[in-house]
Amino acid sequence: MYTQMVDAPEPGEGARDERERAFEEKLERGVTIESTDWMPDAYRKTLTRQISQHAHSEIVGMLPEGNWITRAPSLERKAILLAKVQDEAGHGLYLYSAAETLGTSRDDLVDALLSGRAKYSSIFNYPTLTWADVGAIGWLVDGAAIINQIPLTRCSYGPYARAMVRICKEESFHQRQGFDVMKTLCEGTPQQRAMAQDALDRWWWPSIMMFGPPDAASPNSATSMRWKIKLFSNDALRQKFVDQTVPQADALGLRVPDPALRWNAERGSYDFGEPDWNEFYEVVRGNGPCNRERLGARVRAHEEGAWVREAALAHAAKRAAKRAAA
Amino acid sequence: MSEANAAAGRWPLWEVFVRSGSGLAHKHVGSLHAADAAMALQHARDVYTRRNEGTSIWVVESRNVVASEPADREMLFEPAESKTFRQPTYFTVPEGVKHL
Repeated sequence: MYTQMVDAPEPGEGARDERERAFEEKLERGVTIESTDWMPDAYRKTLTRQISQHAHSEIVGMLPEGNWITRAPSLERKAILLAKVQDEAGHGLYLYSAAETLGTSRDDLVDALLSGRAKYSSIFNYPTLTWADVGAIGWLVDGAAIINQIPLTRCSYGPYARAMVRICKEESFHQRQGFDVMKTLCEGTPQQRAMAQDALDRWWWPSIMMFGPPDAASPNSATSMRWKIKLFSNDALRQKFVDQTVPQADALGLRVPDPALRWNAERGSYDFGEPDWNEFYEVVRGNGPCNRERLGARVRAHEEGAWVREAALAHAAKRAAKRAAA
Repeated sequence: MSEANAAAGRWPLWEVFVRSGSGLAHKHVGSLHAADAAMALQHARDVYTRRNEGTSIWVVESRNVVASEPADREMLFEPAESKTFRQPTYFTVPEGVKHL
């Protein structure tokens, strides 16, 4: 998902002290944890990683779509895409604010991204080669995000859950605008249909990988589940995504590029193939098609914006001094 | 705090309150960083009111918010829980008696 490979460490049963047991008992009762409440260090650390990684994903996620703002096919599409990319910036900000309540400064969070210490979702390391990719991202990537994020509106940490409520409301617009781009292409010329199919072919597997490694390869998610900062397993969410998306592809008249895909009447779900997990781990390790370009763009934006941040502070200090003197 | 922020080149943190419609109270919606009050208002408008969420915004620098301590929760709020006679439902009303 937007937060891949973040799983809490599994503590030994004996390692839990009285406060930790009281904390977990609170979670069991469904009590929401707020920033000033006592929490185990590992909970704080895991959540800081999870929320900030989610924030980084929103911010880096502006880049692939931003690539098409100047070349959107109409003024209306351009206005819609601008609004969408602006939402992603907003999502990043809600999430950074939520992460900061855990005691790490915004600067430290951003520095972790820019220095390469922090991760962001693997999906944003793929290029947007055609306008149809903008449609595929809204439809598939934001569709996957909704599936992951709706449960998080009920997660145990208040500031994160509240940020998710706002974000989920806005994601629906993103998914629909993406589907609408795809639909328009699919109703167009044979070349436009081919563009839509090509985008689905390239974005399907990276979207499937967004949910993270198979459950068998995520041995640490038990703690995250107990702490209610992860509510469903990677595989359960992935299945939900496939079940929801395949009929949408059918409605568009597009073919999902998975030869193993078939309806399983017994399970009432689709069976589907395995993505190339080696590719996933390579992208997570920094060797995807656009990792260097994405991080480079963020570093450049941060450095080139430094004078603005400094000037704004200097201006504020000068005005404050003037007010004090008056 | 804000002096330390300025020295470190950091924009201070502000809390944002939005009135969602006429007749309603301002409600806390989140926080953001800004160099000064005018910028905080501008950012609040961009970040928190893109979809008709508000008709008015308050911003206050976070360091100026005085909050109760979580450890004092029981001392502060338990008395309200144990004084159920403050609720109208504490009293039984005889059947047939109206407008009570």
